[in-house]
Amino acid sequence: MVPLGHYLILSAILFCTGTMGVFLRRNVITMLLSIEVMLNAVNLAFIAFGRTMGSADGQVIMFFVVTVAAAEAAVGLALVIALFRHRETLNPDTFTSLKW
Amino acid sequence: MGTDLLLFYLFGGAAVLASLAVVLGRNPMHSVLLLIVSFAALAGLYITLGSPFAAVIQIIIYAGAIMVLFLFVVMLLNAHREDALLTPGASGVKGPIRTGAVLGVVLAAELVWALVKAGQAPDGELAAGAAPNVEALGSVRALGLLLFTDYAFAFEVTSILIVVAMVGAVVLAKREL
Repeated sequence: MVPLGHYLILSAILFCTGTMGVFLRRNVITMLLSIEVMLNAVNLAFIAFGRTMGSADGQVIMFFVVTVAAAEAAVGLALVIALFRHRETLNPDTFTSLKW
Repeated sequence: MGTDLLLFYLFGGAAVLASLAVVLGRNPMHSVLLLIVSFAALAGLYITLGSPFAAVIQIIIYAGAIMVLFLFVVMLLNAHREDALLTPGASGVKGPIRTGAVLGVVLAAELVWALVKAGQAPDGELAAGAAPNVEALGSVRALGLLLFTDYAFAFEVTSILIVVAMVGAVVLAKREL
């Protein structure tokens, strides 16, 4: 049985990878993909904790996280399409209409 | 080295490499396809954790549904031209770099703290009151019982969330209201 710490370190590495993507990339679609990476890192931590504590709650929470991720992807991608239609670009630095 | 440790390093390494390639790759299409690889590796990890249902959800919903949505949008927008990564040399990027550095330090500090704490607590303490049969916990029956009793309210709220997301996506993506 692999100790819990291994899974937590892996989860942290994946989460940091996703965070890095959100901050470094200049493409809205890739930023959304990085958010998916972060959500998956959290899912892994939930399931590893659930297994260690001997309860199925981790898997139920993972189920809800997947649902939220699906809703987020649907709304986020609709926003991307609307933005692309108006600006013809995916670079978030150009969406500055609300900047004072 | 036991078989499960070997599997952990295999799947974990694949997940980390694929995620790094997703984040650092130039082409959004490659990023989406590599993210599916990462999800498959995570599904393998879920199986080694005794959660086959989670692995199946991961493949069917994440890799099957959400990633197909991403693929559709990438192909629809046909935006292959990529802007450069934010690098310290570029103009007007001091703010994000600084914010990212601060957040990275905070994240690293939290990680070290959590790992130190996790190292102190023996696994037995976390597993206090654990069910003796871990395999049964991963069964669809156990999950369904939990989902429709303790988590019934959250489950119903989920349906409202999905309706809202659906309506929102339709409204946002419509050419004109």
